[in-house]
Amino acid sequence: MQITFYIFGLLVIVGAAGAVSLRKPIHCALSLAVSLAAVAGHFLLLGAEFAGFAQILVYVGAVAILMVFVILLTRENTPGEGLGVGRWMIGAGVAAGVFGVIAACALASKAVWVASAQPEATARGIGEQLMGAYVLPMEALGLLLTVAGIGAVVVAMPDKKVL
Amino acid sequence: MISITHYLILSSALFCIGLAGVLSRRNAIVVLIGIELMLNAGNLNFIAFWRFGANPQPLAGVMFVIFSIAIAAAEAAVGLALIVAMYRHYKTTDLDRLSSLKG
Repeated sequence: MQITFYIFGLLVIVGAAGAVSLRKPIHCALSLAVSLAAVAGHFLLLGAEFAGFAQILVYVGAVAILMVFVILLTRENTPGEGLGVGRWMIGAGVAAGVFGVIAACALASKAVWVASAQPEATARGIGEQLMGAYVLPMEALGLLLTVAGIGAVVVAMPDKKVL
Repeated sequence: MISITHYLILSSALFCIGLAGVLSRRNAIVVLIGIELMLNAGNLNFIAFWRFGANPQPLAGVMFVIFSIAIAAAEAAVGLALIVAMYRHYKTTDLDRLSSLKG
């Protein structure tokens, strides 16, 4: 478990750093897919198989590919953005400060959290919970996804067809 | 032995990389990529606390992550549709050039 944690952790960090710092947006989207797949690997390591495969299906399979298509649809003729050093200094400085605070809190807290008995997360149990205790949130989520899908189509339609 | 502290450090690093991207990039799509990275850091924390916690509710962490993934998918769809509409109107995805509301 130890060596796989560091391998996947390195992939997460390197992929994320590439996703925000590469010059061309298409490279950013592909680097994002690497990072999200490595996060799914962490889910599998932690025993959440269903969440890991849902992550691969939804994020790597749908969201990253959707971003690639949108990048294709919005190609600009102007050359890529220049590397604004001042902006990067501000952004990286703020992010480093936030990281310092969170990491200090995490390190200072007493690590009383030890891995107890491996919790069960079978697909059967998740399905029964979704149809039982979590049925109302799941219905609300279905409504949200429907509204978001219709809304996305309406927003992206050409102007003259709306109204 | 990997403890929850390792996962907290990893997810906070992921969150802060996404935050740096959101704050300093000008391309709207890359800003959306940064937001997705921050959401994933939250998901990683949910799973880590579920795995290492005392879990009185056996499946709460996984349920949170499933709902969070679905909401992030809806957010990405609407956000990308907005970017497409924005590009159609202004012919750019550069956030600095969208300054119509600037006083």
